[in-house]
Amino acid sequence: MQPGEQRDEVEMLSLMLLIRRFEERASQQYQAQKIGGFCHLYIGQEAVVAGAVAAVRDDDYIITAYRDHAHALARGTSADACMAELFGKETGCSRGLGGSMHFFDRKNHMYGGHAIVAAHVPLAVGMAFAIKYRGEDRVTLCFFGDGAINQGAFHEALNLAALYKLPIVFICENNLFAMGTSVKRSTSLKQIVDRAEGYDIPGEIVDGMNFREVRDEIAEIVDSIRKEPHPAFLEVRTYRYRGHSMSDPASYRTKKELEKYRLDDPITRLRAQLTREGKLTNEQFDRLDKQAKETVLAAVKFAEQSPQPPLEKLYDYTYADGAKP
Amino acid sequence: MREITYRQALNEALAEELERDPNVFLMGEEVAEYQGAYKVSQGLLQRFGPRRIIDTPISENGFAGLGVGAAMVGLRPIIEFMTFSFSLVAFDQVVNNAPNMFTMSGGQFNIPITFRGPNGPAHQLGATHSHATENFYASVPGLKVCTPATPRDAKGLLKTAVRDDNPVLVLEAELLYSSKGMVEPPDEELLIPLGKADVKREGSDVSIICYAQTVPLALKVAAQLEEEDISAEIVDLRSIKPLDEKAIFDSVTKTHRVVIVEQDHPFCGVGAEVCYRIQKNIFDALDAPIIRVSQEDVPMPYNERLEHAVLPNAEKLIAAVKQVCYA
Repeated sequence: MQPGEQRDEVEMLSLMLLIRRFEERASQQYQAQKIGGFCHLYIGQEAVVAGAVAAVRDDDYIITAYRDHAHALARGTSADACMAELFGKETGCSRGLGGSMHFFDRKNHMYGGHAIVAAHVPLAVGMAFAIKYRGEDRVTLCFFGDGAINQGAFHEALNLAALYKLPIVFICENNLFAMGTSVKRSTSLKQIVDRAEGYDIPGEIVDGMNFREVRDEIAEIVDSIRKEPHPAFLEVRTYRYRGHSMSDPASYRTKKELEKYRLDDPITRLRAQLTREGKLTNEQFDRLDKQAKETVLAAVKFAEQSPQPPLEKLYDYTYADGAKP
Repeated sequence: MREITYRQALNEALAEELERDPNVFLMGEEVAEYQGAYKVSQGLLQRFGPRRIIDTPISENGFAGLGVGAAMVGLRPIIEFMTFSFSLVAFDQVVNNAPNMFTMSGGQFNIPITFRGPNGPAHQLGATHSHATENFYASVPGLKVCTPATPRDAKGLLKTAVRDDNPVLVLEAELLYSSKGMVEPPDEELLIPLGKADVKREGSDVSIICYAQTVPLALKVAAQLEEEDISAEIVDLRSIKPLDEKAIFDSVTKTHRVVIVEQDHPFCGVGAEVCYRIQKNIFDALDAPIIRVSQEDVPMPYNERLEHAVLPNAEKLIAAVKQVCYA
């Protein structure tokens, strides 16, 4: 996307559908044991990343934690490359060496996929440092969960970003649970956004189930950062429908709570907004959904048919110069 | 050649690399306005300005990670730890982020970063400030680790580290900052490759394999042994990883007897790896079992006499040499 250009909302709805269908299919393939390790699904949170990418340029930097499939898809990594990564195949976005938690796509400015909680927040600050060092007008978007805000790395990174006035938006995807521990049991604050105040970083709260609200808030923040580099903090209130990972039945929350959020589904909501405004028909929506399902099914097929990373390349990705010490 | 200190040699290396490549910057605690806790960065702020010589708060995890992130998008950070004992606070960044990124991203993101600073026991700094970290870091795939012992090696290895496309740890010898040695003049480019050991003294009876702060110790002991007609060859590893097997094997094939003197702890120490490789590859060249002299396996005591007893020292090294020489 070029500066000043507004992303088409129907296109963004179709991205959210792609994420939803991708994750559903990933869940199924995980249960079929085609996918190994840990696998964290983004279902319910789609409006957050969709709203964010709709608000920034394609050359802005994006980095996130381990619930990262959606961030790669939103950045334009193909469903094929994402599914192949889950399958551990050489055609995956990290050549099958990263797995679910380590999606990378340099070409599309997706900088991971990081699995140690909050360890990537200093990395994001370093990327923002490089932007300022070079005098560019890019912005770094750093996504993390509510679990990250109690880690030392998070606090050190926020302080550094504020001290050096770096162009970065800290986006806390507050889905209310760090694995099975609710925010109430993990965090001494009434609201997460207050963490930012401690570092003199401006903070806002937005409804993460509302695509437009997320997009507009981030667009406004990013606009002000491009004029004068500084950090900003956004608490995005969202919800994950599934457990923390595939192995988590999420018995720490009630059916009632889940149902409440399902009624506020981000896809349903954007669909209703667009339909009401005459920008989308039911037939169009069904077609978009069908396309998303087909894309994902094709991705599964692609992943299945892709080759394993060759054993003889085992030592090729340890040192950039091929050193074998 | 001219004589300069280890500290000056590092300072020259930093200045030359900052001059050569605009993507290089130096960041750490007290590196700028204070001119460096050990004065290694003296004058660099005045010369290169605050954009490239950057003071940080006491946040090792934060600024080490900042360096890794900046390296992901093409800068070449030099991150100074005031001592590598403090790098333990940033262990996650040095061990989990820097060396794993290239693999995890399927080769998309290499991390051209240099972590540097003093390492190893100094003098009565007690348990928390005396860590020799080389064996921790050398065990991590994706990291390179070097341990210069002379001004010349310090300059040449640091410059090479900055130009390397991987994360490299330059573990400086805390006790040697003021030591002097001959170094090429500043207008002569000095690059010493990683993974090349250096025979600091030729000998025929025993190979003493050493690095960092044990190099001057080994040289001193070799002079003493000479008086007793024992000719010791001093092999300075210079790099722990990559390890120069060939230089080690060449020396041992010549002398047939080995003492490894290392500044870390004995359990899973650097010497254990060197010892393993010797016996695996050139077992028949050995005329005696290999002996390792290291720190004692205890946290470092503050008391001076006890500290001396913990460290590898001349008495222990001489005894070890005599044992392998059956002298």
